Amino acid sequence: MKLELQGITKRFGSLVANDHIDLVVEPGEIHCLLGENGAGKSTLMNVLYGLYQADEGSILLDDAVQHFSGPGDAMAAGIGMVHQHFMLIPVFTVAENVMLGHEQTRAGGLLDLAAARAKVREISARFGFDVDPDARIEDLPVGVQQRVEIIKALSRDAKVLVFDEPTAVLTPQETDELMAIMRQLKQSGTAIVFITHKLREVREVADRITVVRLGKVVGEASPTASNSELAAMMVGRSVSLTVEKTPADPGEAALVVRDLSVIDPQNQYVVSHVDFEVRRGEILAIAGVQGNGQTELTEALLGLQPRTEGSVTLDGVEIAGLAPRRILDAGVGFVPEDRGEDGLVGEFTISENLMLDRSNGAPFVRGGAVQKAVLDAFAEEKVREFDIRAQGIGTAVGRLSGGNQQKVVLARELSRELRLFVAAQPTRGVDVGSIEFIHKRIVATRDQGVPIIVVSTELDEVVALADRIAVMYRGGIVGIVPADTPRDVLGLMMAGESPESAGAAVAPAVTTTGAAQ
Amino acid sequence: MSAETAAPVVPAAHAPIVLEKAIVRSPKAPVILGVFALLALLAAFAFPRTGTTRFGLSTSRDSIQLDPIPVSTQPVVAVIAVLLALLAILAAVIVARGRTGKLPLWLTIVFAVLFVVAFLTWAVADGLLPFTGLLVGALGVSTPLIFGALGGVLSERVGVVNVAIEGQLLFGAFSAALVGVATGSAAAALIAAAVAGMLVSFVLAAFSIKYLVDQVIVGVVLNVLVTGLTTFLAGVIDVDKIPASARFATVPIPLLSEIPVVGPLLFRHSLIVYFMYIAVFAVWFGLNKTRWGLRLRAVGEHPKAADTVGINVGRTRFWNVSLAGAIAGIGGAYLALDAIGLFSKEMTNGAGFIALAAVIFGRWDPVRAVLAALLFGFATSLQNSLSAAGVTAVPKEFLLMLPYLITVLAVAGLVGQVRGPAAAGKPYIKS
Repeated sequence: MKLELQGITKRFGSLVANDHIDLVVEPGEIHCLLGENGAGKSTLMNVLYGLYQADEGSILLDDAVQHFSGPGDAMAAGIGMVHQHFMLIPVFTVAENVMLGHEQTRAGGLLDLAAARAKVREISARFGFDVDPDARIEDLPVGVQQRVEIIKALSRDAKVLVFDEPTAVLTPQETDELMAIMRQLKQSGTAIVFITHKLREVREVADRITVVRLGKVVGEASPTASNSELAAMMVGRSVSLTVEKTPADPGEAALVVRDLSVIDPQNQYVVSHVDFEVRRGEILAIAGVQGNGQTELTEALLGLQPRTEGSVTLDGVEIAGLAPRRILDAGVGFVPEDRGEDGLVGEFTISENLMLDRSNGAPFVRGGAVQKAVLDAFAEEKVREFDIRAQGIGTAVGRLSGGNQQKVVLARELSRELRLFVAAQPTRGVDVGSIEFIHKRIVATRDQGVPIIVVSTELDEVVALADRIAVMYRGGIVGIVPADTPRDVLGLMMAGESPESAGAAVAPAVTTTGAAQ
Repeated sequence: MSAETAAPVVPAAHAPIVLEKAIVRSPKAPVILGVFALLALLAAFAFPRTGTTRFGLSTSRDSIQLDPIPVSTQPVVAVIAVLLALLAILAAVIVARGRTGKLPLWLTIVFAVLFVVAFLTWAVADGLLPFTGLLVGALGVSTPLIFGALGGVLSERVGVVNVAIEGQLLFGAFSAALVGVATGSAAAALIAAAVAGMLVSFVLAAFSIKYLVDQVIVGVVLNVLVTGLTTFLAGVIDVDKIPASARFATVPIPLLSEIPVVGPLLFRHSLIVYFMYIAVFAVWFGLNKTRWGLRLRAVGEHPKAADTVGINVGRTRFWNVSLAGAIAGIGGAYLALDAIGLFSKEMTNGAGFIALAAVIFGRWDPVRAVLAALLFGFATSLQNSLSAAGVTAVPKEFLLMLPYLITVLAVAGLVGQVRGPAAAGKPYIKS
């Protein structure tokens, strides 16, 4: 089935999220929609899927104009979607999720679970998936959950399949498997729209590439284009994709973590007996698929987790079990992974957000009163230093772009005397231009001799920044390896392989690349 | 992990993720059991009561009359008290040494039953306790609670917190009485009660689904509104004299109702109670086995996911909350037309809130919620029976507290952390 979008325009108030976007996807083609976070890709797909109504423009399937008033209409017309945040009900089984919305029933409205199971098995067999129809979604790893999403779309005979940022939650190996699935679907004649901001994946799998920037189509690119050409189209100017840094010159161990565990309200060890240390002037990157304990680990370091075991010493002083205030005073800087939730107060101004963690005394507060003049001068300086693009220091932080918000967080945390810097997902939802800047600042901080922990689920970022890499899996640290460890070894480690067996498994590949060099 | 397992495909990714569990040994349960065992020991040895306690098994209407079972008070209470103490010690050992550190459910149940038996034997020394009557009374008191709890389960499973059960019961009771007096028809009164409960639900649904008002606040306001409205109207309109034709008569089921104990307990009731049996089964079956239930639960757990497969979230919520209101309204009809036979102001007396507690205690599962409602009903009936048997050993005020005390203990102490429907209480906003 051929999909055609003509002049789609979608406005949210004064913001134009999609501005006359045209797109044609032929059957048996993987059409890649490339653009930065916030470029309007997801909005466009939500219009296609009937979740939003377009203000202007039309959707055509095989040259017939469609009017979708909801996702039900879109599905009936043959459009399927694999959502970035899976649309699966965690407490339902695979079969129940797949049948939901188009259930087959027997007499008396009784659900025909056997038919649903058979359907799951049939589609699984067709694509070589190993999915148990009776497994509960919340017990499945994210990679398998994604396959359930694919099965769900295929069970309704989708002829156009949209993948919205599908690789964000996958290990590199799972990503490769997904690419293979997409090629297989393409061969069976499905039209595929692949939304992403990851250049590597685009070049690997796309037949055609449409680049979107600020809600507009800025052009088509060829799959043979280089990374920097694609990045320049996406951002609108040339950007440096590699982080320039000199080899680390590490000092003595500053942060020593011994046998640290975090227990969640369900009494599970979400972080389980981890040991590591970070030396002055080095970046320890913590890699791993989302949800393997990284969040809880960083929160435990900051004293934000109520139930922990084990010891954390910073410069020889025990900080485990201290209140967050005391830990901040000990010189720990922290960039939380969800800045909107934990890092900033959206309704507060830039200057107010810059003093959030220093409201208990000089220089910003004297005698219980905020020193407006001191604060404004400080804020003006930081806005310049960190290149925060805003109308002024009085602008509410919630109105800034993701990149500028992150720079506010970074400016606040880096303007103190630091003895440890913890950055969780420092560039998530941040535009490419700001990523460059943030990475430079992190490396500069390292070069001042501050020990740094960077947590990231993006392997590119891990490899770019790290001096050493710790890989987390199911709450434990699988291994700590040097920064030049091959990506496929890291990928296997992210799935729980020990560094030794992961290295052995990919050894032949390593030798061939070695020979090629 | 050996090198052989490292195949090119990701082997470990397919293994289910099971995190190591921390074993929590909380002394709470053994301490509570210990306190109750101590109470029993005190009753047995510090304040012993002598004589014979008789447990009556037959009601006056039974064709097969069984003699009451006589029990010698002091020895029986003493033996059970010692047993309870041993069970409490066993509980302490299990929690301290056991593999999971958790108390098995059977132990709690055995302990509770033994304690109740000891308490009854002790309290009714030298008297007759109509045991079957106690159970029949428990079912009677539980009936409105069960209807309310079923309404609560449906409403919360579809994602709308229903604090207005009290209002639905009360408005149902009032409307049943009003229409009963006006028409003299039991069927019309029953339908009026269902419609009344549904009307209360309409307001709850409209405000919480369409206008996104906080569901708990709407529920509380509705309760106040219905209380005020029915109190006022009952003062203006005469709803006291419901004619016999509008009341539900007892319909004994042939043969089954003659079985000793079980017959009077289950098979000698009015049609509303038989309807309740069907409703409990229907709600359980519907929720778990049918398309209706699957969609209802999906909307309550993850409305956006339901929306993306073409289920209309707002409509599903609206009509199921309305259905929940109708069921609770029928519970109100039982109060006015069967149990009491008239409408008096604020006659529900907090039953709606106890039903809500039963929903939570029953973990949003219809069958467990019904069991919880029965437990609360039993506590109320116990108080009634002991008062009727002329028991003075326990102060009357304490007995009056009993149902509410059990509610508080059950919800605060025993439930702990349970997981309700993920989206309950959250309005679905299509962005």
